[in-house]
Amino acid sequence: MDDKKRNEAYNNYVKAKIPKTRPWPSLFNSFWIGGVICCLGQGINDLIMLAFPNMAEQTAWTYTLVALIFLASFLTGIGVYDRIGKFAGGGSIVPITGFSNSITSPALEFKNEGIIYGMCVKMFTIAGPVIVIGIIASILVGLVYLFI
Amino acid sequence: MYYLWAFLIGGLICMIGELLIIKTNITSARILVTFVLVGVALEAFGIFDPISEFARAGINVPIVGFGASLAKGAIGAVKARGLIGAFTGGLEATAAGIAAAVGFAFLFGLIFKARTKK
Amino acid sequence: MAKNQTVKFKNKPVIIGSYSIVGPKEGEGNFGEFFDYVMKSDSFGEKTYEKAERKMIQHAVVGAIEKAKIKPSDVDLFLSGDLLNQIISSSYAARDFNFAYLGLFGACSTMAESLAVGASLVDGKLFDHVVCSTSSHFSTAERQFRFPLELGNQRPPTSQWTVTGAGACVLAPKGKGPRITMATFGRVVDYGINDVNDMGAAMAPAAMDTLLAHFRDSNTTPDDYDLIVTGDLGKLGSEILIDLMEDQGIKLGLNYNDCGQMYFTRKQATLSGGSGCGCSATVFNSFIMKKLRDGSYKRVLFAPTGALLSTTATQQGDTIPGICHAIVVEGVKEED
Repeated sequence: MDDKKRNEAYNNYVKAKIPKTRPWPSLFNSFWIGGVICCLGQGINDLIMLAFPNMAEQTAWTYTLVALIFLASFLTGIGVYDRIGKFAGGGSIVPITGFSNSITSPALEFKNEGIIYGMCVKMFTIAGPVIVIGIIASILVGLVYLFI
Repeated sequence: MYYLWAFLIGGLICMIGELLIIKTNITSARILVTFVLVGVALEAFGIFDPISEFARAGINVPIVGFGASLAKGAIGAVKARGLIGAFTGGLEATAAGIAAAVGFAFLFGLIFKARTKK
Repeated sequence: MAKNQTVKFKNKPVIIGSYSIVGPKEGEGNFGEFFDYVMKSDSFGEKTYEKAERKMIQHAVVGAIEKAKIKPSDVDLFLSGDLLNQIISSSYAARDFNFAYLGLFGACSTMAESLAVGASLVDGKLFDHVVCSTSSHFSTAERQFRFPLELGNQRPPTSQWTVTGAGACVLAPKGKGPRITMATFGRVVDYGINDVNDMGAAMAPAAMDTLLAHFRDSNTTPDDYDLIVTGDLGKLGSEILIDLMEDQGIKLGLNYNDCGQMYFTRKQATLSGGSGCGCSATVFNSFIMKKLRDGSYKRVLFAPTGALLSTTATQQGDTIPGICHAIVVEGVKEED
């Protein structure tokens, strides 16, 4: 048996051998924590609108997101967010708070290598692709709308 | 009432993310990229606003909303200013979020230190 | 005809002293009571985890020298390795010692690699006292190979927990203690696994390859050993190894186990078990040494495996090569 066939057979064997975890508990956790984070955002938004009734809706949403980003960044700093993440998975990755966590966590991690080459350079190791792909997609969408 | 919708839609989006993680073992960077692209697509095809109407935070808080803002900004700027809008619009609309994330990361990065997981 | 990979030592070098140091989580694990020193915090009073890791090596080396009842000036050669790029933990630890130093890299198999090389040098009467050591640290390995510590991600069920710990031991041509009688040097084996969260599956074929070579070269069977122990295959990897060996017609029975699988308690939720150089090194230098000294074990086959991957190669889509080195240690009761 040549190596390629052997490797293929082995990979298939390992795939079958990997313990199957029941997906429902983690799906449930990600569902309700994701929902709670969204409700939290809604709550902040409503409070802002209540305090400043004349504010444009778009501006209020921006403040809401900034508040959530601040909260997630702070929770990351005091070492709580990774514990929520272990429990919630997608529930705390997909909201904007997960984006904030993905920028703050490398900032903390690579602080030891210095402010410039550690913190600033490594800050976008995870979130970098999000911003790059997002910007490219927005340019493309803009160009498409230019011609229709 | 709209809290219920926010909870349900937000939870559902997060659950789809978790399902992707379980089924394909992809990393959080890829999850975030995927959902940003979904948001851009939803906005580009004009589906985002009707959902946002009743789901509110349920779709604005997930990173999908970030993608939608990028696309919304680009579309709006193109209509107002022409070609250059395609380059300025996306970042203008999301500037607050990115600046906040970077600013707070820098601040808390200076204050706190990474701890070993338990 | 397969080439011989096994060295049989004529003079049987003696492990005259061994020492293990671990982090707080490891201290709460299944081997907690056997370790010489459990750190209160895994930063070990240092500013960075990298600095803590090298301090752990120094602590273990000094401890092993003390337990061997020799002076630091008696040490002729220091063999050490670890997981970090350019094995900085070992080299930087060696900077503060006045020893000749040879850095080794065998990933998580480094303890057996250093013992095999050290035993060969002592057996050939080239050196008198050789110190072998290795270490790993959860927080330094995690940032190099995976994600920032504070990132809120989930670990897949096959992932393992890098052990924070260092082990060291002193080899001498004669003296009291367990003796190294054989060493089998492994080949690099790659069965095409590319999932970095499934190291056990990537390394199990290497363990099989080395164990087969060992049994063939030494004319022994698994029944000749009181304990056959691999390093950090974890729960999944050791099950795979048992299957692979069975396919080759060799049955690994109750005397087979894996350090990584045994390391943590169920409650500690480390999924597939412990991993890292420190995993096999701390178990070998505490539990296994103790059992060999008090006569519970007479003959142990210690075969830790290593995954020789780098993040660069993995990102380029390459598969994970594995290696396994094995040594046979025979216990002699202390009073002999």
